Amino acid sequence: MLYREAGDFKTSYRDDSQTFPIRFDRTAYYVLIAVALVIVPFVINDYWLNAVLLPFLIYAIAALGLNVLVGYAGQVSLGTGGFMAVGAYACYKLMTSFPDVNIFFHIILAGAVTALVGLLFGLPSLRIKGFYLAVATLAAQFFLVWLFNRVPWFYNYSASGQINAPERSVFGMKVTGPETEAWATYLFCLVFVFLSAWVVRNLTRGATGRKWMAIRDMDIAAEIIGVNPLRAKLSAFAVSSFFVGVAGALFFSVYLGAVEVGEAFGIQKSFLVLFMIIIGGLGSIFGSFAGAAFMVLMPVLLKNTLVGGLGWATDLAAHLEFMIVGGLILFFLIVEPHGLAALWRTVKEKLRLWPFPH
Amino acid sequence: MNDMSPDSYVTPDGRTIGGVVMEMKNITLRFGGVVAIKDISFDIREGEIRAIIGPNGAGKSSMLNVISGFYVPQEGEVWFRGSKRPQMKPYEVAGQGIARTFQNIALFDGMSVLDNIMTGRLTKMKTGLASQALWFGRAEREEIEHREQVEKIIDFLEIQNIRKTPVGRLPYGLKKRVELARALAAEPKLLLLDEPMAGMNVEEKEDMSRFILDVNDEFGTTIALIEHDMGVVMDLSDRVVVMDYGKKIGDGTPDEVRGNQAVIDAYLGVAHD
Repeated sequence: MLYREAGDFKTSYRDDSQTFPIRFDRTAYYVLIAVALVIVPFVINDYWLNAVLLPFLIYAIAALGLNVLVGYAGQVSLGTGGFMAVGAYACYKLMTSFPDVNIFFHIILAGAVTALVGLLFGLPSLRIKGFYLAVATLAAQFFLVWLFNRVPWFYNYSASGQINAPERSVFGMKVTGPETEAWATYLFCLVFVFLSAWVVRNLTRGATGRKWMAIRDMDIAAEIIGVNPLRAKLSAFAVSSFFVGVAGALFFSVYLGAVEVGEAFGIQKSFLVLFMIIIGGLGSIFGSFAGAAFMVLMPVLLKNTLVGGLGWATDLAAHLEFMIVGGLILFFLIVEPHGLAALWRTVKEKLRLWPFPH
Repeated sequence: MNDMSPDSYVTPDGRTIGGVVMEMKNITLRFGGVVAIKDISFDIREGEIRAIIGPNGAGKSSMLNVISGFYVPQEGEVWFRGSKRPQMKPYEVAGQGIARTFQNIALFDGMSVLDNIMTGRLTKMKTGLASQALWFGRAEREEIEHREQVEKIIDFLEIQNIRKTPVGRLPYGLKKRVELARALAAEPKLLLLDEPMAGMNVEEKEDMSRFILDVNDEFGTTIALIEHDMGVVMDLSDRVVVMDYGKKIGDGTPDEVRGNQAVIDAYLGVAHD
């Protein structure tokens, strides 16, 4: 009954094109932000932070970024892991070269560096499409991981070949290094998530987003109405890589703290983020969050029920976990091929009319 | 081109037809050994409705593709608004003020009707990536400005009720209308319509004819169209080009073309003796 458009009249184009046109959604959004900002930091502990919240927040940024490229601009990419590695290594080099600069700017700059690299690897998209482009981006994945493994300059000639995040703080609170407070790192990542979602929403609601979607839906028609395909595709690659780079930088500096490139940013990471946006919903911001939540939460939830709840052996549970997550992915894709976001849209459409059937 | 050339004239129904907007000079287009267009010249005058007709495979769509920059002719020149057009990409042609619709609808299925029509204004939207990322301020103002223009076209084509519907869900006739709306949103100086009435029933054809005439009348848009329905062509157009096997076989007012022996032969066939 609360979920109605009726009576909520829009009298300007500004109101008509707002992100949450239904009052209930708007309220829910503000409540969610308030809970995330005010309540969660007080109840958070290390287990929740490391098992659930940090990976969810960071993968959400990566999924947002990849969704710009795959979901909005229709260019398939399997190079996400490689681009996250660029973000991580750029962040590491910046942190160690300019220790006086605040880490907030290091992470933004790491994103910018990744955007440039993404631009470079986006060039083939002008000639090739679909599966062939996916293979070309796969080359980026393998080349970048190889590069960070083989060129010692990137890991500052450390004996282990690993990179370790030095201790850095924001407003006097440590956010990287071994002695961090759970709430500080959580809030630090939350700020990036909020900014990323806000910028992606702004870009996709306006002219830039329409150019991307026009290229995705029919590139010939897009060109005939005046979209320069070169600029549209490359801007999608740059914007997408920027957010993937930011996610990589956070993943390294705040979440893991120490990274070995092949392990942390291998091809499986590319597939993980791609699965997130396919399950969540291509071309949807909500879908990026839903997909990240699904892929991060599902294994944790299963582990807790199987090991904690049913008392199974850990190794048995771990194997079953893979099978169940795989089965669930198939189930959701068969029920709704357009992802959780489409499922959510259907629910909302039904809710709008509830309790009447139509 | 508001300066009236000496050869401008007034049609019987009171519209003023101006000077030449677009001129095709000796266009030849080949695909390997196949000659799609052979040495064709014709012009389009400001404010007129110019039809291109001909049997299947005559090269009509190829001609439209030459005008919109998809195909580059091997020989010949395209003159637009008084100057020779250099070789251009389709998106540059769009920037010059030429918009078109397609024979088999080319809408963006994943977007709403409103977003589809808004894409028509992309050539006019100037804010950069950075201010769009921030949205509030310039980008939002620009968006609303263009939304107002688009709403005028939505009113004009009577598609207010489907504004927010995803294009993929629309029936064929409405899709054609949305495609026309997208082309109109660009405020084109020259509008190219590739078979705007293909596959429509009589009622839909009447609606579409009315819209084409209204567009020409109210916005003064110059229109070049390809159409197979002879009744529609003869009623709507001021002048007609007839093509057959890549060659021009007739050019003139509907009445002149109707009486042209070569045109009659092309459509009805000639007895072989």
